[in-house]
Amino acid sequence: MGEPMRPIERGDLEPLATGAWILGTGGGGSPYLSYLNMRKLYADGSQVNLMDPADLADDALVAVVSNMGAPLVGQERLSDPAFAAKPVRMMEDYLGRRFTAVMSVEIGGGNAFQPLLVAAMTGLPVVDADAMGRAFPEAQMTSFAIADLPMFPLTLADIRDNEVVVTRAASWKWMERISRKVCTEVGSIAATCKAPRSGAEVKAHGILYTTTQAIALGREVRRARQAHEDPVAATLTAAKGKLLFRGKIADVQRRATEGFLRGTARIEGIDDDRSARFEVAFQNEYAVGWRDGRVVVTTPDLICVLDSVSGEAIGTESLRYGQRVSVIALPAPAILRTPKGIAHVGPRAFGHDTDYMTVFDDVVPMGQR
Amino acid sequence: MRRIGIDVGGTNTDAVLIDGNRVMATIKTATTADVLGGVRAALSKLLAATASEPGRIAAVVIGTTHFTNAVIERRALQPVGALRIGLPASASLPPFVDWPEDLAALVRGQVHMVAGGHEYDGRSIVALDVGAIRDAARRMADAGLTAVGVTSVFSPLTSECEREAERILAEEIPQANITLSHELGRIGLLERENVTLLNACLQGLAHETVAAFTEALRGSGLTAPLFLTQNDGTIMRAETASRFPVWCFASGPTNSMRGAAFLSGLDDGVVVDVGGTTSDIGYLKGGFPREANAAVEIGGVRTLFRMPDLLSIGLGGGTEIGADGVQIGPRSVGFRLLEKSLVFGGDTLTATDIACAAGRADLGQRKLVADLPQALVARCLARVSDMIVEGVDRMKTEAGDVPLLAVGGGSFLIPDRVEGCNQVIRVEHHAVANAVGAAIAQASGEVDQIFSNVTRDQAIAAAQSEAEDRAVAAGATRGSLTLVEIEDIPLSYLPGDARRVRVRMIGDIGSD
Repeated sequence: MGEPMRPIERGDLEPLATGAWILGTGGGGSPYLSYLNMRKLYADGSQVNLMDPADLADDALVAVVSNMGAPLVGQERLSDPAFAAKPVRMMEDYLGRRFTAVMSVEIGGGNAFQPLLVAAMTGLPVVDADAMGRAFPEAQMTSFAIADLPMFPLTLADIRDNEVVVTRAASWKWMERISRKVCTEVGSIAATCKAPRSGAEVKAHGILYTTTQAIALGREVRRARQAHEDPVAATLTAAKGKLLFRGKIADVQRRATEGFLRGTARIEGIDDDRSARFEVAFQNEYAVGWRDGRVVVTTPDLICVLDSVSGEAIGTESLRYGQRVSVIALPAPAILRTPKGIAHVGPRAFGHDTDYMTVFDDVVPMGQR
Repeated sequence: MRRIGIDVGGTNTDAVLIDGNRVMATIKTATTADVLGGVRAALSKLLAATASEPGRIAAVVIGTTHFTNAVIERRALQPVGALRIGLPASASLPPFVDWPEDLAALVRGQVHMVAGGHEYDGRSIVALDVGAIRDAARRMADAGLTAVGVTSVFSPLTSECEREAERILAEEIPQANITLSHELGRIGLLERENVTLLNACLQGLAHETVAAFTEALRGSGLTAPLFLTQNDGTIMRAETASRFPVWCFASGPTNSMRGAAFLSGLDDGVVVDVGGTTSDIGYLKGGFPREANAAVEIGGVRTLFRMPDLLSIGLGGGTEIGADGVQIGPRSVGFRLLEKSLVFGGDTLTATDIACAAGRADLGQRKLVADLPQALVARCLARVSDMIVEGVDRMKTEAGDVPLLAVGGGSFLIPDRVEGCNQVIRVEHHAVANAVGAAIAQASGEVDQIFSNVTRDQAIAAAQSEAEDRAVAAGATRGSLTLVEIEDIPLSYLPGDARRVRVRMIGDIGSD
């Protein structure tokens, strides 16, 4: 075992933002504002440590944090480290115990930075792990839920003096419903601390080393961009992914149902894919891909739509007619690909009447070394 | 109807006079340091060349890079008092947070953050702290700050807080020039605030420049109204431009593409603009350029502006050609074409030399390239053609063939037949396409708002009616209004069937 901690360097922050946005698979909200906060905290002398999950004692207490709500509200309210740390303090008060470390519920999108913001305010180390290995829209879509770990208590805070503790819930879905309702009432954005996890639980059921992997991915994309190489190809190499399609967005249809952004985008092929057609369906994140009408990939494989020139990820809210895009797939963490995992996060969990279809057979998925 | 279009660039001031669909005259003059001189010179030459009665000119439209250049070159900017309304939200990321330090040092007069702002559904976040606003206003007045930028959370939804702040600021700062963010922008607090602060720091320069343009018109005996072009290819009244100079940012590429569309009489197609070093390929749909994805930075500051989506490839008149005729660029002799290329007596084989050898262009002395092997010339032209075909295919959004509009000083490199295109149109007067784009610009009105607790149809109808009013206020006749863009995005995790609706209307200049 090496050093139990390594500092996250200032130069890791921008690559983390780029990598996390790609792993957001179209959702999770842009990491830009949280990245700005971290950059400012570092400029003011903060430093955050990253902890190898293997070094967690079995009885360690880990805070699982997330910023919950509508990304668009975040664009107006901005993000704030003091606000991110609030539910963690609330949870410590509620439990009467202190946390050992903090981790993110999802590495994809803005929540990759949530534990870093908390760490800068509290001095806790960040565990190099998350519970999705990507982004998903709901609480029951985590590795902890798949492993049937308890889902309560949960603390939630807004920017005013409102603090809520959900002491118990009947199921992961009930926890999602109750916390979502509260979140909506306080302006559709809230900082949360999910059910605390023991060190043993994180080691057994977390998706491990995803912060390091997101930084490495972002670093490679940025390097390729600077060297005028193809950043999409760099993403594929760095994350062991596959190119599914290159083309231009020909049509985007969206609708909001039950609080989610659902829709499909149609892409007309160019280069090797000329005269072919690709469709991708999304529910906040990209969920299913069809080539010429045939399903070729589904969640939990990470389906990402990247700008073909810059390699920058394109969110489901920002898809527009005429964009030149590359659709790629990255392998999903192993636990999401188990039958139980598929039940929680497979295509049927998003209302698609189709079986899990992967473009990977025996690659080592994210979250495993 | 006769209209004059003027493009005031960093180097040249171009002017055209258009009568209906006809280009009557084109003029190129040097841009002068005082702006006024160059514009006045261009106007008088233009009127003389066409023997036009100044009274018959219906409108003068100017496109200018003046304000963009001021930000990029960090000159003529004034210090700004920044007022953000939104505490307790947003405190950790104050105004100017992601600006280049040199620019922030020039523009950051004072920064004030006070409690207030709204939720997405119109509720107040907390009560507006009017005492803090008055206090901030007094401190700005004490420091002699007159340019103020006000940004409130969710102000595009409800401008109440910004309006109240404006009232207090005007009471405390007699000479105040106040920019309110909801008049400029979309959802996205930091980007909207950035644009607001840029607009505030340009107030002095904008008033001066627009006054100079107006003076140049009057000096030339013109009584026509003056308009300036915006980055979306439409126009605004001079007095609006004077208040909102940021709308003039980067109107150049848009004017150029729209000018090409007008000159060719086509609304849809690929525009290939071949310059000295690169070719810029853009796509026109309904007479407007398709816009780019990425957040646009002006002088290093993130904004919400939309720019035409342009693909730049390393192919221009000055592009250097390898001895085998296969290696093309990316190096270019650039503006030294007249001394370096073979046809002008130089020692470097360029794309221009190849075109001359093949008889596509007639520049310099063709006998200087007479010895180039025919096979090399043919190989090189085939490769050039491949590069253009590839670039065009990347930009096209239609499956079928589309027209190609060839513009720019190096457009002779574009072959007469291009795969994926049903025709290649060599556009006349392409050297002044910018000024033509200005002359033909229409007026627009845009709305980008979140609606909740109404049906989709009601939301769209409300947005459209507001966009119509804005277009008319900008100078369009109500009868000529058409809908050019409509986009509605349901918002995830928001209740009440919330959706963001964006509508843009355009119409011809005039009065009903």
